[in-house]
Amino acid sequence: MKHYIVKRLLWMIPILIGISFFAFILINLSPSDPAEVAIRVNEVTPTAENIAQMREQLGLDDPFMTRYLTWLSNALQGDFGNSYANNKPVGEEIAKALPPTLYLASVSLLIIVVISVAAGVLCAVKENSITDKTMRGIVFVGTAIPGFWAGILLMWLFAVKLKWLPTSGMTSPASVILPAVTLSLGYIATYVRLIRNNMIQNKRENYVLYGRVRGLKEQTIMKHVFKNSLQTSLTALGMSIPKLIAGTVVIENIFAWPGIGRLCVTAIFNRDFPMIQAYVLIMAVLFVFCNLLVDLGSVWIDPRRREA
Amino acid sequence: MRVLLDVKNLSVTDLRDQDEIIHDVSFSVAENSCLGIVGESGSGKSMITRALLGITNPWLKSQGAAVFKSQDSERDLLQEDENTMRKIRGKQIAMILQDAMSAFDPIAKIGDQMAETFVENKNLTRKQSLTLAKEALGLMNIHDPEQVVKKYPHQLSGGMLQRCMIATALAMEPDLIIADEPTTALDSINQGQVVEEFKMIRQKMGTALIFISHDLGVVKHLSDRLLVMKDGAAVEYGDAGDIFRNPQHAYTKYLIDTRLELTESFKKAMRKGDHNG
Amino acid sequence: MAGFWNRFRKDRLAMGVSFFLLLVIGLAVLAPLVAPYDPTVQNIIDKFQGPSLAHLFGTDQLGRDVYSRILYGGRVTILVSVLTMIVTILIGTVLGVIAGYFRGTVDDVIMRICDIMLSFPSEVLILAIVGILGTGITNIVLATVIAKWAWYVRMIRSIVIAFMDSNYIRFAKVAGCSTWHIVRKHLLVGAIGEIAVLATLDTAAIILNISALSFLGLGVQPPTAEWGMMLNEAKNVMTTNPGQMLAPGMAIFLVVAAFNFLGDSIQEALNPKINKGFSTKRYSLLDSLFARKKAVTQ
Repeated sequence: MKHYIVKRLLWMIPILIGISFFAFILINLSPSDPAEVAIRVNEVTPTAENIAQMREQLGLDDPFMTRYLTWLSNALQGDFGNSYANNKPVGEEIAKALPPTLYLASVSLLIIVVISVAAGVLCAVKENSITDKTMRGIVFVGTAIPGFWAGILLMWLFAVKLKWLPTSGMTSPASVILPAVTLSLGYIATYVRLIRNNMIQNKRENYVLYGRVRGLKEQTIMKHVFKNSLQTSLTALGMSIPKLIAGTVVIENIFAWPGIGRLCVTAIFNRDFPMIQAYVLIMAVLFVFCNLLVDLGSVWIDPRRREA
Repeated sequence: MRVLLDVKNLSVTDLRDQDEIIHDVSFSVAENSCLGIVGESGSGKSMITRALLGITNPWLKSQGAAVFKSQDSERDLLQEDENTMRKIRGKQIAMILQDAMSAFDPIAKIGDQMAETFVENKNLTRKQSLTLAKEALGLMNIHDPEQVVKKYPHQLSGGMLQRCMIATALAMEPDLIIADEPTTALDSINQGQVVEEFKMIRQKMGTALIFISHDLGVVKHLSDRLLVMKDGAAVEYGDAGDIFRNPQHAYTKYLIDTRLELTESFKKAMRKGDHNG
Repeated sequence: MAGFWNRFRKDRLAMGVSFFLLLVIGLAVLAPLVAPYDPTVQNIIDKFQGPSLAHLFGTDQLGRDVYSRILYGGRVTILVSVLTMIVTILIGTVLGVIAGYFRGTVDDVIMRICDIMLSFPSEVLILAIVGILGTGITNIVLATVIAKWAWYVRMIRSIVIAFMDSNYIRFAKVAGCSTWHIVRKHLLVGAIGEIAVLATLDTAAIILNISALSFLGLGVQPPTAEWGMMLNEAKNVMTTNPGQMLAPGMAIFLVVAAFNFLGDSIQEALNPKINKGFSTKRYSLLDSLFARKKAVTQ
């Protein structure tokens, strides 16, 4: 286990360097000159002069490695430059927007886990019953519904028509409900299926037979089955955490949630390169670390792999 | 001797294609005796015992009668409901499976798994059950029950796990133990050990035993009566010694002869080795 | 192969869904010929009309015929998604086969590159690329391909490796068949089934992605019709005319569900289950996909 941890941590270094490199090069891939973009965003007409001025201001004429290393060392200290749009430090904007996204993602995760486990176990225990078949039908529908459609339909039903919940923004504790539920829908469908199939597979294992032969209560046997299924399901659930965080973009847009997804989309419309760069870097690093934690967790849970 | 289990005309049909898997099998097991059931793979030997215990797949239907006469009651196992069967399983009839490695939950400690059987069937506390488990392991000549009990299945050998299963069965003090090919998945050294253990069980505890195997040699050592199965039907049934000396059916003859041949050539090879070596 | 077609033809639901999809794709391709109105022609006087003989699905907030917009929108959504899927799977197959067949250093190099690509969450990558290159449907396609190709290389590589382990490929090698021959006649023929499953499910996922991006306004620009974009416009009039949300959303849902169902059915027809009466039907696919995905991302 220790050997595995060390290996993974070492492997992180080139990956993180690769990520930072890529995030940095991103700007240079643009067909337009960043300096020109920076000027246009503020609705000023670019002229040869102010372009040259902007280039100097942004340090765009320095050699590549210098720019990369300066950018990297600044980034490590939290300085990602200033937004082209409003000239405020990008780092601050992101720091403000990250908590709401994490909050939304956490609430969604909670909903996903609770409902998927409950429904998955129920379906597996009552294999092929009416409950099971109905649930599988619902799951199928759930995987095909576009999240943004479900979002606006739910918004119309609960916020506009019934007026039970707020339509947008992060105003009251209740305002997280609609966005979180919408975000969870697609994942719930996937995980109910996963947990159900996992448990059913485990039900066919020999230890279930041996449990019956020993006269154990069905409940006790199911506890064993459940714990075994939990392992694989947990890994899959864990893998979806970074996906959840990255995938809030559409939901934040619909419900005007002040998170980084919305920040990024606005940045795209404004062609705000420093913002986009910082977004890519932070999200990628978050992603890599989350994956690492999940991987390590999944090895630890299984006593067979803990020793290998 | 009193008859413990009396099976009459047992048939098992696959409802999906109406195929009769077990056809009209009858036998009986007396108290304190051992019945050996032999046959090739697919002859139905395991299926019989699964049908008796009521743990076959939902698409299989059992017919016939299987009267089990324990201390206080007389029941037809094939007619009882699941709840009653659950109480009989483990307590009055214990079963030992073939593949010990997969018979245990891979993520739970052996001791806990053995103990939960006692907690549920004997109504003991967890602590008492764990102690009982360790005692049972001691009975099986296992040197360090303390250590074994803390291990996970993958950390123990097949032979060791097999003995844990036997220990669990014994500690329940059942009237009947069904051993489904307990030696098949083991190497020959472990095989020998397990056979010795069963011999000891027979001598010391007087539990009735149904021993299923495709290995005639092993069965020969233990059984009083023998049931030979082929393609789901009983081909020969009677006193084990008689059958071995004087097999009536062609198939039984074939089984015994093949086995003897193997043993003979083995003995010959050993003798040659002695001469040369 | 023959077995597969027989089983597939017997599955009436799957055949029905296949016809539905062929119909949809046909309508998408023939939209200019089939649509009753020009999707961009506005007629403010006629706005928000309910369904009628003149306008099968009614009109939208600018008086445009919704039915025609759905047809033209389908054109964009479906054809673009299929195109993206073809390009991604092509790249995935070429690189996956090379990596899986030849193994060794080539495999290592390709896998390392994939590893680095896969350490970026795909949503983030797509947004970044669109952010840098600008909005528009071509850039979305490019972004999706760049974000997804690595995943397909891994999937197809693992399919190839599983096949390489099979005996008939070994025999072919021993018999002295040339590499190209083995790849073409044996490997691809055997793997095509699984790749087809990937392709159908992938199309469904891409349709969802592309319409989501258009919904955000990063894809097609008005007045072009596209299902995601239409939902965006419908959202804006939600309080007064919620009915506008129905047609485009339904369209996306039905087509995505159809592709998902088709993928599951192909999977079923490739590997028939043994216990017929008690089958676990079409829900084994995600299961197996997840199992493979786990193996691939380890």
